[in-house]
Amino acid sequence: MTVPIISVQNLSKQYRLGTTSYSHDLREAFAARLRAPLRFKASDNQTSNQAVWALRNVSFDVEPGEVVGIVGPNGAGKSTLLKILSRITEPTSGRAELHGRVGSLLEVGTGFHPELTGRENIFLNGAVLGMKRVEIERRFDEIVAFAEIDRFLDTPVKRYSSGMYMRLAFAVAAHLDPEILLVDEVLAVGDAQFQAKCLGKMNDVARGGRTVLFVSHNLASVLTLCRRSLLVKDGGIFCDGPSSEVIGQYVNIGATPLTGEQIWPDFENAPGNDNIRLHAVRIVSAGMTTADVDIQKEVHVQVEFWNRRPGARIMTSIHLLDKLGAGVLSSTNMHSANIVRDDWFDEPHPAGLYRATCTIPANFLNEGRYRINAIVLTNISKIEARADDAVAFTVHETGSMRKEYGGEWLGVVRPRLAWQSQRLEESSSQASEANL
Amino acid sequence: MHATAANDTAANSDRRGEARPVLIVLEPTSSLIPVNLHELWGYRELLYFMVWRDLKVRYKQTMLGAAWVILQPLVMALVFTIFLGKFARIPSGGIPYLLLVFSGLVPWMFFSTAVVSSGNSVVGNSHLITKVYFPRLLVPMAAIGGRLVDFAISFLVVAGLMCYYRVHIGWRLATLPLFVLLLTTLAFGVGTLTAAWNAKYRDVTIMLPVIVQVWMFVSPIVYPVDIVPVRWRQFYNLNPLVGLIEGFRSALLNRQLDVPALLISVAITLVLTVYALYVFRRMERSFADVV
Repeated sequence: MTVPIISVQNLSKQYRLGTTSYSHDLREAFAARLRAPLRFKASDNQTSNQAVWALRNVSFDVEPGEVVGIVGPNGAGKSTLLKILSRITEPTSGRAELHGRVGSLLEVGTGFHPELTGRENIFLNGAVLGMKRVEIERRFDEIVAFAEIDRFLDTPVKRYSSGMYMRLAFAVAAHLDPEILLVDEVLAVGDAQFQAKCLGKMNDVARGGRTVLFVSHNLASVLTLCRRSLLVKDGGIFCDGPSSEVIGQYVNIGATPLTGEQIWPDFENAPGNDNIRLHAVRIVSAGMTTADVDIQKEVHVQVEFWNRRPGARIMTSIHLLDKLGAGVLSSTNMHSANIVRDDWFDEPHPAGLYRATCTIPANFLNEGRYRINAIVLTNISKIEARADDAVAFTVHETGSMRKEYGGEWLGVVRPRLAWQSQRLEESSSQASEANL
Repeated sequence: MHATAANDTAANSDRRGEARPVLIVLEPTSSLIPVNLHELWGYRELLYFMVWRDLKVRYKQTMLGAAWVILQPLVMALVFTIFLGKFARIPSGGIPYLLLVFSGLVPWMFFSTAVVSSGNSVVGNSHLITKVYFPRLLVPMAAIGGRLVDFAISFLVVAGLMCYYRVHIGWRLATLPLFVLLLTTLAFGVGTLTAAWNAKYRDVTIMLPVIVQVWMFVSPIVYPVDIVPVRWRQFYNLNPLVGLIEGFRSALLNRQLDVPALLISVAITLVLTVYALYVFRRMERSFADVV
């Protein structure tokens, strides 16, 4: 047995919830001190009932050179685990040992400054990620070539297109050379070609003998990149083993929400910003809220949101993903993408609670699980509120396409298409009959 | 959290070697030592880049660029000279009022801008703090480093004025680096303390400009110490800036120095800075969670 390069023992992290405990109000802090002048530690009794364990007694080892995927539903503690391992936040208890230089990629473009040029940002971002200046200089040309931005090297990045920005940011990060690389969801950005390039680069990194922890919602890329995976659920490790088994578990136990409905009852804690927040995302089929859909029935995806900025020009959008997180389709209520008409699209919305409903036709999806990301935008392009994996549902075969053939249908969609056969020639049939 | 060995270049160059030189242990901190100097040294390049970014960004898209460093105190000094020196006739103890004000304003401008920018630095760099690890102390340090460069530039004007007024340069000028060091330390202490509190209580952002304004008038910037009544002097000297600003004047203008007052300032500066380091160390763990 080799010595593990990452050794995590009973790691726990507690967060305190609510607005009072992490008060940003000095007066309250003073008042608390006055009420209990001798209590110097933050009052344990009062806050413990608001405490939430983001991670609880997590233990695992990683051998050098392993590429480990971390999957799990939102809020399970994946990102917290990565944040602790990359030393951004401290564990509440427990211990982790990392034998080697750690590079963490929790976000593409950390430390980029919009006013600085591409060249300057390469150095700044490299330094922030822990590279030495000589290292950056040595790899500078490679980085520029990978990012394909050589013509814009001396342009401030605030004038870059978002694609160029992403390419440059990933290029710097990809040339980081630590023994341990922690990656969180960075592939969720950019176009398909760029994503493929990033995945390719990640593959090289993995093959180069580096140890990688890779958090992702995209189960397909976890499957291709990682031999081993951890399923994190409710702050603990639910399952640890070969990726295919772990992901099978994840998909089958329905670690993604099963209810077909997710509601954020109070505005403050809902996804979004102070202007627009989600209120609910819901699957409605055959007249009721459900996570199980009959393949022969329409599926209505309802996105409810609050608007607190009168006059906002709002557009609603959904992503439909398959069970592995690969995109099936995206859709919005804009007129050119809508077969009916939505009069609210891009019109000024008075303050209030709104619901947008998208109807997916019956006999269109295949059997199996699907997941929904809900997004509310303003001015066609600015994302105001977004919930990934907001709801999930399972499409069930009820016999509509089982009359002649009982097996499975290939693909993520299974629409009924128009088929017509024609006889083109008459000659050969006589010959075959004659042979009989 | 602490790293048993920092990521030094040696560790980096033989990373494929058989012995793994870097071991990072993550557990709740309990260390009594407020600063990990070894680790800070390992991150010196990042400090340099952060200072450089600060300067670059500050003077990008400004027409006059670094000339502002000189213009700012010059304009203020002129205004004070006209209104306080000429109209209000504040006594200036035998030196030209403009020189008196300017020799106080230059260190004061450094101090106040350094305190304000380092005080807001942790909050201002929250995007970095929540996404990547580096010693958090670099953030207020870098903010001060940027202002230190400005400070050096503004000394050119001081030198010019001294030539103009034909100030007699004496041996006391040799003590100037000491006062620069002390003033930087004080700015670092106050800035670090402010930065740590600011991360948790945003009241600090609002309070800071007010405190800085008050501080200016309770320090001998636009008036000489002599106009403070002697019976108040002991109380007045508790302001650490009194000794330091007077020290600057003494070094530049070769004037007698009030040594006991300076010693009080030095003591307060040191105590404050050590306290600030402890507070920062205690609070930095939660920066990523609260900022």
